[in-house]
Amino acid sequence: MEQTEILEDSGLQRGLHAGLSIAFGYMPVAITFGLLAGSTGLTAVEAVLMSMVVFAGAAQYMALSMIALSAGALEIILATFIVNIRHLLMSASIHERTENTSRLYRAGMGFFMTDEVFAVSSVQPAPVKAAFVLGTGISAYTSWVVFTGVGYFSGGLLPGVVQESMGIALFALFIALLVPSIKQEGRPALILALMGGGFHFVFQLFLDTGWALMGAVIVSVVLYELTAGRGKSHE
Amino acid sequence: MSESHIIWMIIGMGLVTYIPRILPLITAASESWPDWLRRMLTRVPYAVLGALIFPGILYSLDSMAAALAGGVAALILSWLRAPLLAVVAGAILLVTLLRLSTGL
Repeated sequence: MEQTEILEDSGLQRGLHAGLSIAFGYMPVAITFGLLAGSTGLTAVEAVLMSMVVFAGAAQYMALSMIALSAGALEIILATFIVNIRHLLMSASIHERTENTSRLYRAGMGFFMTDEVFAVSSVQPAPVKAAFVLGTGISAYTSWVVFTGVGYFSGGLLPGVVQESMGIALFALFIALLVPSIKQEGRPALILALMGGGFHFVFQLFLDTGWALMGAVIVSVVLYELTAGRGKSHE
Repeated sequence: MSESHIIWMIIGMGLVTYIPRILPLITAASESWPDWLRRMLTRVPYAVLGALIFPGILYSLDSMAAALAGGVAALILSWLRAPLLAVVAGAILLVTLLRLSTGL
């Protein structure tokens, strides 16, 4: 087989192209993250490094809000684990749909397995090319890292009174992420969010930030399963 | 948190993020998971967002009234399908204007 043929067959280029839609979507989220990382007191290196190493929007935003509340590193790491363990399911699902490749290749696909990369890859007809998933991931990842830096350095351009109002930004973002889910999923998402907030309010009265948040999430999800969720699946 | 602490925290966050992402791809363990566990995992994001918003939003600014106004603005904007950045910018703008006009 000729070299060019392998390249065409690998799906890498199609993946890179499909990932552009994600790259575009990540742009404002990454810029906002960079901005907020700056106002939370992270250095530029720390902000960009977090985007390079963690590559998980929700967990990174959560880490910022926990740093602002002076939570400990261990609490933040455990909370990150709880938030990101959902990717187990996505990787498991992708594993069943991709062509058989080397472990090294699959480890690479796993690194890029965000909600969005999963969503784009999983709608491809099976068997999905591993290179396609990698290409999609590379596009998304590049945008995430680059625009974190752009956001960080654009923060200094804002006037003082606006910077003081930035405290609301993270919460506005969380609301902006939650509301479309509630509109799409309906009651289950709304009830789970209300339970999460309610239990967090109770738990933070006597627990440290990170533990209260994790406790609230676990109790909400378990209680929902026991009362309303049995036998109903969103898949 | 000191600077070296933050670096270690970032590495730790990366590890606990990467392990669940890679594990099912290099093993076959997750194929035999029970349905209830799968369902519970898909519901985690909603509970997390609820817990992240409340009660933290109340203490996000010096003034609780301004914070609540910003929250309501974000709620309305996102309900009207405004893009992510527009929701965030709108809430910041409203809070800034409130502070400038009423001294909250």
